[in-house]
Amino acid sequence: MSAARRPGAGHYVHMAFCVAVLFFLIAPILVVVPLSFNAEPYFTFTEGMLRFDAEAYSLRWYEKVATSDEWLRALVNSFLIGGCATALATGLGTLAALGLANPAMPARPLVMGLLISPMVTPVIISAAGMFFFYSTLGLAQTHLGLILAHAALGTPFVVITVTATLTGFDTNLTRAAANLGAGPWRSFRRVQLPLIAPGVVSGALFAFATSFDEVVTVLFMGGLEQRTIPREMWAGIREQISPAILAVATLLIAFAVSLMLVVEWLRRRGLSERSA
Amino acid sequence: MREQAQQEGDEQAPHGVDAYVEFDGVSKSYDGVAQIVRNLDLTVHEGEFLTLLGPSGSGKTTCLMMLAGFEVPTGGSIRINGQSVDAVPPRRRNIGMVFQNYALFPHMTVGANLAFPLEVRGLDKDAVAERVARALRLVRLEGFEDRRPGQLSGGQQQRVAIARALVFEPRLVLMDEPLGALDRRLREEMQFEIRRIQRTLGVTVVYVTHDQQEAMAMSDRVAVFNGGRIEQVAAPEVLYEEPERPFVASFIGDNNLLHGVVAAVDGDTCDVTVGGLTVNAFMVEAHAVGDQVVLAVRPERTGLAAEAGMYTNEFEVQVRDMAFLGDHLRVLTDVGGQGFVVKIPNIVGHGGVLAGESVRIGWATLDCRALRPVEEAPAG
Repeated sequence: MSAARRPGAGHYVHMAFCVAVLFFLIAPILVVVPLSFNAEPYFTFTEGMLRFDAEAYSLRWYEKVATSDEWLRALVNSFLIGGCATALATGLGTLAALGLANPAMPARPLVMGLLISPMVTPVIISAAGMFFFYSTLGLAQTHLGLILAHAALGTPFVVITVTATLTGFDTNLTRAAANLGAGPWRSFRRVQLPLIAPGVVSGALFAFATSFDEVVTVLFMGGLEQRTIPREMWAGIREQISPAILAVATLLIAFAVSLMLVVEWLRRRGLSERSA
Repeated sequence: MREQAQQEGDEQAPHGVDAYVEFDGVSKSYDGVAQIVRNLDLTVHEGEFLTLLGPSGSGKTTCLMMLAGFEVPTGGSIRINGQSVDAVPPRRRNIGMVFQNYALFPHMTVGANLAFPLEVRGLDKDAVAERVARALRLVRLEGFEDRRPGQLSGGQQQRVAIARALVFEPRLVLMDEPLGALDRRLREEMQFEIRRIQRTLGVTVVYVTHDQQEAMAMSDRVAVFNGGRIEQVAAPEVLYEEPERPFVASFIGDNNLLHGVVAAVDGDTCDVTVGGLTVNAFMVEAHAVGDQVVLAVRPERTGLAAEAGMYTNEFEVQVRDMAFLGDHLRVLTDVGGQGFVVKIPNIVGHGGVLAGESVRIGWATLDCRALRPVEEAPAG
């Protein structure tokens, strides 16, 4: 009882525990950042780095990435495949969520389950299945094939975020739009889409991140011409062991953090819009 | 009698007798079993303020939604200005509508909300701005163009919703319990405001509410809904003074309902036996000896008979309870074994009425209406 009365005793244990959890989560990622500035071709901290010797740090791996044809091709591929897959997943996922929100739609749980399945199926199973299926269609080792595969993996995120936004959507608003003379397309574009936009955009960002991080399907389906950034890193670790991948990893971390910041900003904007 | 009351109702319509909206045998069922609206006929005249009044689940909102086009009738036909609208989608009906929760577009300013129906109709920018300004002036919200709905009070949102329903100058405006979310004082203010706007523009309004005072205060005519049917359509005064059905008699204002059997008929009046007493009543429709009837007597049309012969119906009754309510006394008694309320105005010389006392109460034959009882239990 006396321990419970002293405020702080349990509190500090709790705080220490939380800090430890966060440390173990983030430290392995953060350690990559200083290592990417290593002047030597090693994956470890040199003595110079530990002494904060300016000589021991350099941007040579960033330069190597920026001047490498392989890395630039991977960058282009990642954004091309990610961008197209995101556009496809966002369009289809939003339409699916709109349809699933309609009470008149038959077999809703079944369709929802099918659409969500790429999220719960181990990627290696999807990837292997897609490889055999796409090969017979001549889509393996093509950009189109990878775009379709990544779109399938990204769609569940869009369906889930848009469905969540739609649950708070007042159907009287679309009735009002129709009553005021708007056709279905105008009603969607002017009334419904602006209000569910936070859900659509955050779904799109998750879909993009899925494609951008994805290596398993690319390993199965992609040829040399379809190598994305994660696939090039995979090759870098296996074949070259060059700290250039640390530079790329640092860039990816920065990119991922900015994506998450955008999602959070959208979420807050959505909240304030709704409460307004 | 029934037809006569109907015609009196029609004469109350301010702009002649042009049928603007017609429900012709309209039915609605969602599951094919429960009928929400049953074979309903209703005519709304041009320029009229007609209210659909009834308890929740009586089918009044469903009727409004069918008129707006959001629900499709399962039977019958709806005509607007003589044209069937059964195949016309909501967006082509050109009907203004005020929704219960206003349904203002939260991401658009007040100005953009009002401009929306005008832009849909392809008006140019100047015409849109001019009409938006005029609509805001009409609802006394000048200068609110750039506010968002979320920045407005409930009453202001209500005015914006009305302005948006009128800005494209429809000839017919529907209102679905538009004042339900407002507090009492604001509600009464908005009742006059809506009435003023409707008179100014001369638009036809079909208004849905479950609040009988609101219906009485605003309407040219009121259609009383019960169990998917219309019990009576008439001007508020007619509904109050000449109810044709027991449901209308009890729903509009207070009424004492006495169940009895016709013992004798004489022209427009009849003698009805109520628990051993004989009550002389006015017949709303023809009844024969032996018919079951319901007598409707308003509490304020009854009184204490200071001396015998004041009323055509007088009875010695026991006061079961009484309540002093300021401007009147409410006395609970029995007439023929059925509960009966007498309302006595608080004027000098009302005489102290005490519980347990015996008093002589009475009412006139014309204030006692013999109605046909409900033949079937209302569904649901």
